[in-house]
Amino acid sequence: MIEKNGVATAAMSRKEFPEEEKMLERPKAIIECYKEIPCNPCETSCPFDAITIGADINVRPQIDFEACTGCAICVYNCPGLAITVRQKIADKAILKIPYEFLPRPKKDGRVNVVNRAGEVITEGKVLKVLDNMKTNKTALIHVEIDADHLYDAMTIEVLYGS
Amino acid sequence: MRIENHPILKFEEKDKISFTYNGKTFHGYESDTIASALHASGIKKLSESIHMKRPRGFYCAIGNCASCKMLVDGEPNVRTCITPLKAGMVVESQIGKGVPHEK
Amino acid sequence: MRSKDAVVIGAGPAGLRAAKSLLEAGASVCLIDRNRKLGGQLIKQTHMFFGSEKQYASKRGIDILEILVDELRPFGDRLEVLNETSVVGLYRDKVLACVRHDRYFKIKARTIIVATGASEKSLPFENNDLPGVYAAGAVQTLMNEYGVKPGDRVLMVGSGNIGLIVSYQLLQAGVKVVALVEAAREISGYLVHASKIKRLGIDIMTQTSIKKAIGKEAVESVEIWSLNDLWEGVPGTEKTLAVDTVCISVGLAPLTELLMQIGADVKYVRELGGNVPVIDYRYQTSVPGLYACGDVCGIEEASSAMVEGSITGINAAIDMGYTFPDSRRKIKDLRDELKFLRSGPHAGKIRTGYAKLGVLS
Repeated sequence: MIEKNGVATAAMSRKEFPEEEKMLERPKAIIECYKEIPCNPCETSCPFDAITIGADINVRPQIDFEACTGCAICVYNCPGLAITVRQKIADKAILKIPYEFLPRPKKDGRVNVVNRAGEVITEGKVLKVLDNMKTNKTALIHVEIDADHLYDAMTIEVLYGS
Repeated sequence: MRIENHPILKFEEKDKISFTYNGKTFHGYESDTIASALHASGIKKLSESIHMKRPRGFYCAIGNCASCKMLVDGEPNVRTCITPLKAGMVVESQIGKGVPHEK
Repeated sequence: MRSKDAVVIGAGPAGLRAAKSLLEAGASVCLIDRNRKLGGQLIKQTHMFFGSEKQYASKRGIDILEILVDELRPFGDRLEVLNETSVVGLYRDKVLACVRHDRYFKIKARTIIVATGASEKSLPFENNDLPGVYAAGAVQTLMNEYGVKPGDRVLMVGSGNIGLIVSYQLLQAGVKVVALVEAAREISGYLVHASKIKRLGIDIMTQTSIKKAIGKEAVESVEIWSLNDLWEGVPGTEKTLAVDTVCISVGLAPLTELLMQIGADVKYVRELGGNVPVIDYRYQTSVPGLYACGDVCGIEEASSAMVEGSITGINAAIDMGYTFPDSRRKIKDLRDELKFLRSGPHAGKIRTGYAKLGVLS
């Protein structure tokens, strides 16, 4: 139960994906904000008005997948780091995640990919690491994984060491 | 026990300064407090409780609880967690309620 | 004795914003803080804040601090900042006794706003006085202000936002968090924080607490155990964990001592964190010309502290006879911000607390 261990069930997280997997041929933001909190940077940072919260900032964000381009601006603006962008291309999936640790993984490097419970489920290849003034110390990392893990992959294992 | 590379913060390394703790020489930075400099050198026990002599370190680190009190430059009951480190400071464990050294 | 127009005690988010409102209305302000740097707890908040754009959501606490301090720069001639100054006494005739750099002096003020914030609570368990048992905020101070690791292996006690956030910040500093234990049945902080640390490998155990810390001169290990539905430890469920640091994150208590000393009415309200001043709708205490805002009135967030500070400063300025431009609309907008910050499921305690105090929140 998420209130006991912080882990959303597969059923809960699946609801945040587009109903039709075909939509994920283009990258889409998957917002995993499961309880009402007063917060709206995802709505205000989206340049395409794809996310709606409204005047009462406690309302859980609603996403319009047609409008969403997967630009990932919301990913590094979310204070809860609760958003990822996902895309399915043939037998691969691309995961765009926020990352606030050092050292940053290197482009073309291999990383361990974990699920919501922190368990390593697969290996991924780092396609891109984005760090600039706009991302403000929250790096945006593009990771390529097998499409099997499109739904259950969540982030990468932290690399420690100097 | 210093943090080398922090993903959000930059720790400016100002000039190293030296001080003594119970007679031994230690080093810290101008941006340290006495307690943070000692902690960085692995010193966690800062004093003892008055009656039962139990080991004490800091607790709140912002000057509210007085767990971190030590004898500094002859002055007792100095809250080391909020006192800036200065070069040449003489820091000692405080025994009991603390009596100032004769000046 | 020095004479001042308005004195604000505490330069955290509430105090900084109260000072700004007073200055905007034309008052002269003396802003006092016992620390070298202004900003209160914002000094060590490296994470992105929640709320709306008006409260600088998505900006890091350390950056919001710069914004709040910069907002005061245009008023340089009417603002006096006394840092490294402890207010050691607050007297009925609105006299403050202060100590700065070992010098004692007194200030007589027309108006005083107390924004002293709160302090961390501790938890009773065997050997809770061992070096290595630290308040979670203390660990945050050590890491984010001084760049020093508290240890190598940590047990976090408490799943409120501070416990969850500091666990994450420990990982960022390269420290292993072995587990997070929470005595209640459910995680009490934001689930997004909990999910974030869970997927980074930190085990969250509810209905679990620390039984004792073990070590000679410092923490070397701990014993944790399960709690039953009556919050009692269950013998036989003990587990030993090898850790060298225990972070206690069990809540904050308002720092109301000065308000008690001056004789303002104070009431114990559990939901607000402890003893809080009895304030009216305009944040004035039972002592005329004495106001209070921020965490000292009830444990909440920096975002609400900023809004409360703004409202209090405006009210205090008007009461002194200054004019605040468009004050009615401005206060209404600020109260709307507070309403949204306090209407979600996580704000139940605050709403209950203020209802008990008899203040419309």
